[in-house]
Amino acid sequence: MYDKPLPIVDPDTAPYWQAAKEHRLLVKRCLDCGKAHFYPRELCPYCHCDAVEWLQAKGTGTIYSFTVARRPAGPAFKPDTPYVVAIIDLDEGARMMTNIVGCPPDSVRIGQRVEVAYEDVNADISLPKFRPA
Amino acid sequence: MAGTQNGAREAVIVGVAELPLQDGMLLKPMSPLQAQARVAHAALKDCGIAMSEVDGLLTAGMWGLPGAGMLPTVTLGEYLGIVPRFMDGTNIGGSAFEAHVGHAASAIEAGKCEVALITYGSVQKSDRSRNLAGRPAGLTMQFEAPWGLPTPVGGYAIAAMRHMHEFGTTSEQLAEIAVATRAWASLNPAAMFRDPISIADVLASPMISDPLHLLDSCLVTDGAGALVMTTAEHARSLRVRPVYVRGHGESQTHWTVATMPDAARLIPAEVSGRDAMAMAGIGLDAIDVVQIYDSFTITVLLTLEALGFCRRGEGGAFVSGQRTAPGGPFPMNTSGGGLSYCHPGMLGIFLLIEAVRQLRGECGARQVAGAKVALVHGTGGTLSSGATCILSNH
Repeated sequence: MYDKPLPIVDPDTAPYWQAAKEHRLLVKRCLDCGKAHFYPRELCPYCHCDAVEWLQAKGTGTIYSFTVARRPAGPAFKPDTPYVVAIIDLDEGARMMTNIVGCPPDSVRIGQRVEVAYEDVNADISLPKFRPA
Repeated sequence: MAGTQNGAREAVIVGVAELPLQDGMLLKPMSPLQAQARVAHAALKDCGIAMSEVDGLLTAGMWGLPGAGMLPTVTLGEYLGIVPRFMDGTNIGGSAFEAHVGHAASAIEAGKCEVALITYGSVQKSDRSRNLAGRPAGLTMQFEAPWGLPTPVGGYAIAAMRHMHEFGTTSEQLAEIAVATRAWASLNPAAMFRDPISIADVLASPMISDPLHLLDSCLVTDGAGALVMTTAEHARSLRVRPVYVRGHGESQTHWTVATMPDAARLIPAEVSGRDAMAMAGIGLDAIDVVQIYDSFTITVLLTLEALGFCRRGEGGAFVSGQRTAPGGPFPMNTSGGGLSYCHPGMLGIFLLIEAVRQLRGECGARQVAGAKVALVHGTGGTLSSGATCILSNH
């Protein structure tokens, strides 16, 4: 039984989570200014144009910053402590929060290259986590 | 606009109050409404204004959700038995009250109300409602809550980690802030923690979320505070020393941490500070005492840089050598702040209360001699929002 918070999927985000289930990482890109953004939105948050499209990201990026949680975000995360919560700069230019897995928490560094590694937490939701590339 | 050019309708703060705490808890169990009623009563008594004269009501909080707290000014006005003609329930986190002072000042100066009451009340320690869990994973939070970011400390930790990476800021420099703030708390009989601490104590305290230790983090307490504002003309008929609202500003950037435009830079404070200083028409060198929201040590460092007291990346050097401690050249967080005095979920109103007391010369052992101008800056959310007030006693 997975007891950590699960995304409450809505019409805005359903395509993203459907793709994640298929182990594809989607971001949105503006057809006007060309910038990618994350989380996905109806309007480009940079130029406010409404011509935005889904773009399949390569799933690689660089750690922008991170923390090692020594105290859990609620009881469900307690067995995982210590664990890494990081912000990743995807190579497409968008920035997202994730967990860094597959390495000791104390080895994680800003600037480290990482790649996506999905965790299938139930039949509907797969969470894109990242591991050292 | 504030300032002397505004004449008789210039907005002033005339009454302040907070409820006493013992070990971080109210002296007897209270509901959040009960606490706000009691502290409002005390603030009105402080300035000699009757509750029946209150025609502006401003509040923010996290109580009564979902339910009575969904419309907080309506519920509070009903509870107090008043019918205001100006209301503001702006909730941008702990900085809401610095924004409220600005909004109340604008409303008073525009003639929208005569007496504004601003309140806050929380019993989060008594009812043990606080933990590090994230928010429900709906809407934007579906891209944050699943990752287990300890909330709110994790977001501040991510900012601190980036600031260290970009500028070489150290844990020792962040600890300087906690040590200096505790030294101020030792002079405040109302503070929860008053025993002096050292930089080594901060570094030896448990790591909560790298690189922030327990002693880099604010307290979890109850608390209730209230402010009363009116016109300078009205204040002249009261036996009070009015504190003038010379300038105010506010801004916000993000709530999800990954959307922070730059994790090592506090843009809301840059915007709100610039606007408040321009409105006051003074330079930073005219400020005698500052109250800066200290949810975590990094919050203070980023705010000092954003307000322009030092350049970006130089916050660590600015706070080193206990420059912000009692007797130092930069008196800051003179109550002991959120780190050592109290932190009832939202600290903003207590920063304002302390600034008013400093400007009235009521602070006893921790009084900053001759303080005439104070800067108060609130930060809310996860470095999400900022609001700045410039207050003076002349």
